[in-house]
Amino acid sequence: MRIEPRLNGVPTPLEVEPQELLLDVLRDKVGLTGAKRSCDVQVCGTCTVLVDGRPVSACTYLAVETDGHDVLTIEGMRDTPEHDRIAAAFTSHAAVQCGFCTPAMVLTIHALREADELGDEDVVRRELAGNLCRCTGYRAILEAVTDLQRTEATS
Amino acid sequence: MTTEVAPKVPSDTAQIGRSLPRKDAAEKLRGEVEYVGDMTVPGMLHGKVLRSPLPHAAIVHIDVDEALALPGVVAVLTGADLLDGDPYWGHAIKDRPIVAIDKVRHVGEPVAAVAAVDEATAEAAVRAIVVEYDELPVVGTIEEALADGAPAIHDEVIRPGLFHGLKLDQRREGNVCYRYALDTGDVDAIFAAADIVVEGDYEFPGVYQYAMETHTVVADASADGITVWSTCQHPFLVRAEIADLFGLPLSRVRVIVPYLGGGFGSKSYTKMEPVTVALARKAGRPVRIQNRVDESMATTRRHGARFHMRTAADKDGRLLARDVDIAFDTGAYADNGPRVVATGGDAAPGPYRWSGVRVRAACVHTNTAPSGSYRAFGASHLQWAGELQVDEVGRRAGVDALEMRRRNLARPGEVVREGGKPLDADLIGDIEKAAAALGWDTPTPSGHGRGLSVGLLAAGAHPVSSAVVRLEADGEAIVLVGSTEMGQGQRTAFAQIAAETLSMSTERVRCMGTDTQFTPYDRSTGASRSTTLAGMAVHRAAGEVRADLLEIARSIWPDAGDELELRDGAAWYGGESRTYPQLVAKRFGLSGGQLIGEGDVHPAGTGSYAEGPVFWEVCVAAAEVSLDRETGAVTVEKTATVADVGKAINPQLVERQDEGATMQGIGNALFEEMSFQDGLLLNDNLLEYRIPSMEDLPIESSCIIVENGDGPGPFGAKGCGEGAFAGVIGAIATAVADAGVPVNALPLTPERIWRAIQEKPQEGVAL
Repeated sequence: MRIEPRLNGVPTPLEVEPQELLLDVLRDKVGLTGAKRSCDVQVCGTCTVLVDGRPVSACTYLAVETDGHDVLTIEGMRDTPEHDRIAAAFTSHAAVQCGFCTPAMVLTIHALREADELGDEDVVRRELAGNLCRCTGYRAILEAVTDLQRTEATS
Repeated sequence: MTTEVAPKVPSDTAQIGRSLPRKDAAEKLRGEVEYVGDMTVPGMLHGKVLRSPLPHAAIVHIDVDEALALPGVVAVLTGADLLDGDPYWGHAIKDRPIVAIDKVRHVGEPVAAVAAVDEATAEAAVRAIVVEYDELPVVGTIEEALADGAPAIHDEVIRPGLFHGLKLDQRREGNVCYRYALDTGDVDAIFAAADIVVEGDYEFPGVYQYAMETHTVVADASADGITVWSTCQHPFLVRAEIADLFGLPLSRVRVIVPYLGGGFGSKSYTKMEPVTVALARKAGRPVRIQNRVDESMATTRRHGARFHMRTAADKDGRLLARDVDIAFDTGAYADNGPRVVATGGDAAPGPYRWSGVRVRAACVHTNTAPSGSYRAFGASHLQWAGELQVDEVGRRAGVDALEMRRRNLARPGEVVREGGKPLDADLIGDIEKAAAALGWDTPTPSGHGRGLSVGLLAAGAHPVSSAVVRLEADGEAIVLVGSTEMGQGQRTAFAQIAAETLSMSTERVRCMGTDTQFTPYDRSTGASRSTTLAGMAVHRAAGEVRADLLEIARSIWPDAGDELELRDGAAWYGGESRTYPQLVAKRFGLSGGQLIGEGDVHPAGTGSYAEGPVFWEVCVAAAEVSLDRETGAVTVEKTATVADVGKAINPQLVERQDEGATMQGIGNALFEEMSFQDGLLLNDNLLEYRIPSMEDLPIESSCIIVENGDGPGPFGAKGCGEGAFAGVIGAIATAVADAGVPVNALPLTPERIWRAIQEKPQEGVAL
């Protein structure tokens, strides 16, 4: 099947099988490897990309469903001021360790901020529970995000 | 090994002891880091492994014709391809075939492997392979393995691997492949005369490390040799095993390790490399094999354990003797089982002033997934139970838990294992700090419990590391060291160590991944050894470059004497300075050239396990939990851990290590468990095997960094990152007991706690 998602802002014609998963298409056909494969069952969140601004697990999302929709991956976000803001907070808190979950974490936070869905610490804990991280123990990530929210609320 | 005197550096330019930003943060945040699974090499095929659906069976026949006939399939590897050489590997015991030969010993064991043009084709081909099995009796548990007349999972003699480091007998005793023992004092007499004896049977679950990046290997085999890109923690040990297995000199095997997506021990030693190399050889083209989560769970995991433990004390709560009999479930193959058993045996007594210790530890095969390393192995298995018993002695003697530890813990310089390194940490100071962070002297809120936990972990593994530091003509430095960056931040720490030694900015130092063709030898990345041992090698290598710089500077200022100073990337004397690029140019007489320094660390004695460890890593934590008596749910409210690191090269990274270990400890203590039934793993996915999410983060957790300068590493540093794991499990278990529900089996699931409450509704129940 021929589909044409707007991939990182660029209309991108792709030939895909109906059963092909978005993660496989991104990684193997397009060569965008920022979204990672891990659990394969929509639990870990490390394959997260944004479809029309909402986080989806690319490991269980059919590529054909992106036809005509916006798909944003870390490759399309990393040169934006918003990425710089999140990255600065993560860097100052050392909220990055192995980095495998990091691009997905950044995309999820970006989507939540865009939708104004990141509130206090309890909300952050709940909203980010779908992005697992085995290295950091989450403390640094939580602090980075709450710090980012607080800084912007006061500025 | 001796600690070298740090070069004199003005404090305002200090590169160590500061929380400098991680050098890999930007590229990781931008998603630019290339992990093995992101790599392609020209001509690369995709491999998939056919894995056994049965826990124990003879292979009668394998039919690969249909698989080979599929368009796009290039090669199929089976045991029949391996009969011309010695196809068994294993760093401790050579017991694991590249793919199964004649029989399978666990569900998920590789039986065949397919190389095809893409992963979907490889998967289809795997499904097209027909295997006829003849089922054998299943040994599903430690009890079944140790029962009289139990079926033997292995009947071959034990052949030691290249890196066992332990005395191994050739003969197996049924399903036991290794035993470890400690004996001091007249234990039976002490127990017979003791006022207080606490005794119990304990269970520790099998656990999945879950490095989010699964085991992934790209292999290329040509007439010139073998190249492997691998998610491995120990590139040089993998190189040696691959060279041994495929009959090549070390120089013809090249192992390249980029960043790892987590390790935690799951990627220590050899894992998926042999089958990927064998498949690439058969295909005649490079092949990538990337495990899925269920495959990684079948590749390696943490040992489950069962043990009987008893503790003797006098009426004042003075600890006298401990007696422990442990069986570790190493699964179908030894993997790192013997080491885990020995380290667990060392951890079993706990760091107290015992008059008598008896430990018997056995490494037992079952028809389950092979068990290997996972962060703080051994101590995690045993410490929680030992600490429960210390607290129970205290309850009977009327002595507070903190006071029990003050009275009984070993002091610095005292023996903690006969013949081994004396205690090199202030444990009483450490646990007092953890207790204070929890507010130990304040009343415990109703429905809450508080616990303390102290232990030791034999750290450092084998002390062999080397490094090269190159100062380039432009004043930038490159550190080559074979230690693997898997998230802990060691490339940043090494850069800081080199920068400090060279009196230059960390920003101008780069540390690369490992390519065994070019990177100097490092034994392994694990056992909290990198900062201490590889870090010392980096320090020494940088020290050679430093000496070169001083020598060149002296040729410029022959009268400088002691007033010559290196500072901020330049040599200074009498108000004059020469930058490092100027010094390099001075040596080589033109632009170009580089100053090269080498450093290494090697054992002072024989390097044997018995003489070790390199240092004792402390496993110290305190925790406060709340308990819902209606549901049995435990919530960890607060934790405090102690990172007794000698000198924190980067304090923020030290804290991050403890925070990560704390959360893994919470998972292990409260809900993580691989559920095997008759050899079948019932929860082989992340839906049914839950790991902690951000919602499990305690309200408050603190990491206390202790810097006594007593480590054997650079600037008095010693490692961290594992101890908190064992400490936290123990602190949670003792806190739950403090809340009135002592439980002798982990994890402390709501069901287990609820049942314990129903069965023993009164508080202060004896263990």
